[in-house]
Amino acid sequence: MPAVVQLIDFRKTYRTGEIEVQAVRGVNLTIEKGEFVAIMGSSGSGKSTMMNTIGCLDRPTEGKCLIDGVETGSLGRNELAELRNRKLGFVFQGFNLLSRTTALENVELPMMYARPRPTASEQSKRATEALTLVGLGKRLDHTPSRLSGGQQQRVAIARALVNRPTLLLADEPTGNLDSRTSIEIMGIFQKLNDEGMTVVMVTHELDIANYCKRVVVMRDGLIRSDTAVTSRFIAVEELQKLEAEQKAVQLTA
Amino acid sequence: MFSVLRIALLALRRNLLRSFLTMLGIIVGISAVIVGVSMGTGAKAEVDKRIASMGQNLLTVLSGNMSRGGVRGGFGMAPNLSVEDYEAVRREVSGISAASPEARTSAQVAAGNQNTFIQVSGVSEEYILARSWGLKSGANFTGADVRGASKICLVGATSAKTLFGEGIDPVGQVIRIKNAPFTVVGWLEAKGSGSFGQDQDDILLVPYTSVMKRLSGDTKFRSIFVQAESPDSIADVQQQVTELLRRRHKIADGRDDDFMVRNQQETSDFFNANNRIMTVLIGFFAGISLVVGGIGIMNIMLVSVTERTREIGIRLAVGARGRDVLMQFLTEAVLLSVLGGALGIATGYWLAPLLTRLFEFPTLISQTSVILAFSVSAVIGIVFGFFPALKAANLDPIDALRYE
Repeated sequence: MPAVVQLIDFRKTYRTGEIEVQAVRGVNLTIEKGEFVAIMGSSGSGKSTMMNTIGCLDRPTEGKCLIDGVETGSLGRNELAELRNRKLGFVFQGFNLLSRTTALENVELPMMYARPRPTASEQSKRATEALTLVGLGKRLDHTPSRLSGGQQQRVAIARALVNRPTLLLADEPTGNLDSRTSIEIMGIFQKLNDEGMTVVMVTHELDIANYCKRVVVMRDGLIRSDTAVTSRFIAVEELQKLEAEQKAVQLTA
Repeated sequence: MFSVLRIALLALRRNLLRSFLTMLGIIVGISAVIVGVSMGTGAKAEVDKRIASMGQNLLTVLSGNMSRGGVRGGFGMAPNLSVEDYEAVRREVSGISAASPEARTSAQVAAGNQNTFIQVSGVSEEYILARSWGLKSGANFTGADVRGASKICLVGATSAKTLFGEGIDPVGQVIRIKNAPFTVVGWLEAKGSGSFGQDQDDILLVPYTSVMKRLSGDTKFRSIFVQAESPDSIADVQQQVTELLRRRHKIADGRDDDFMVRNQQETSDFFNANNRIMTVLIGFFAGISLVVGGIGIMNIMLVSVTERTREIGIRLAVGARGRDVLMQFLTEAVLLSVLGGALGIATGYWLAPLLTRLFEFPTLISQTSVILAFSVSAVIGIVFGFFPALKAANLDPIDALRYE
């Protein structure tokens, strides 16, 4: 079975006028099925470029990027779109839901572009299942404006899952959320990962990275460290601790 | 396909006012097309109706020739159709069911203590047959009356009303035309206005011999009416009459006729020439407003694409191909223009009868113009929606997702 992600001497160069910027300068990275990887790095480290390439939104300038064994460098726009649709699920920092569109319809969106396209009833059944999985089974007809940040991110996760992808990509999924909601979202990722889903996420926060199994640190377009997480946080436990602390605060107050 | 339509409808509904204002250009343009074309066809139908009311399979021989734009004399030319010409036509041309010359004069006529100034037409006993005019009471005059220049007349409905009063049968009464007493033998049925808009019922018909000898002193006619036996024989009769009159008028080969034989089709074309120019003009202005409307759609679609850059980014990220995005925005543009077209057609249907009621301008909405207008609006949507849709489809997903 091929690795889910395989980057071989991956380089990306942006050209703005005369100036060439080497965003990524030769990265080798393999992510196997079932892994839970955090990619860390300051802005300008090349992590976003790498995520865009893994997400098939962009192609490498040099080197290779294989997603589930498929080389993306030689694919056209439409083939990349199809690959994103079939194998990838995206979760963004800003949620990126369609406003004035219900949670259910937002989750149905990727299926609209799937080929063959599921029937309308199949679409709504699968979207309902995905929303139930992230704990929003009772808010199917809510528009994003009527949902909290954490709930919006859950909708986004449901949308990412609905086409049963091989890889879940999250770009700072907890960046806009408070600490408690962040833990809840990380709990969902951990649960999905426990069920076999491969998850790759970009994050700034070290304690969020500690919920993953492996941390890759980038700087100046290169991988500087790639280590397994030793003292991993488990979301369920962290939530219990947090609740206990809050109770304690209330008791003393 | 259905879901694409539904999404487009939802998108348009989100900006209801803007969508309506965008459609306005198309609405104005399409309703102008509908009303303009309806005015053209309405006027044509009116002309055709009036010309048909002149009689069936009718040919009109006019003295003078105005086939060259009417500059060379036309109605202004002296009458040059003689009694002998008429008699020759009646005798020698085959396929004629009725014929009559017309010797017109206008005169002050009186009956009892009423008097009026009307047209007196001197005609043969076949005139009312050729024109398909009916008699309400009394009887037509006869060939003997014509030969004897009898002092008898048929009176039109309006004239009868003026001279004798509403609903009173004038048959047997006496009308003095230029002080000569004419006995009324027939009362004509009402026919309404003619092809020139004049009242066809304000008329007296007397034997042409009576007009020429007793009233006007004319010796020539301005016109002769000839009715062909059937629609198929019209061309043949027209040919025979032309040849006969050329011979009688001794017109050398290659010279122009000094008369004109017109069938109803030609008469209709003559009067419809102006209508056609009007229709073309209105069509031209409607076309301009449609182009302006199309540009309006393009403009709004470009704004919409910019506004929804992020949405496009999301769709691309979850796997929409460029073609899917293109279709989505193209559908919106076509929906805008087609809805505008439908509203324009509805407006046209409302406006055209209003025009008829307020200005008595005949209008007739043809099915062809409706289908044409609808297709044109769809084409406008495709043409002017394509560029914005292409712009949306070619967006880079990364840039689009980052767009604020």
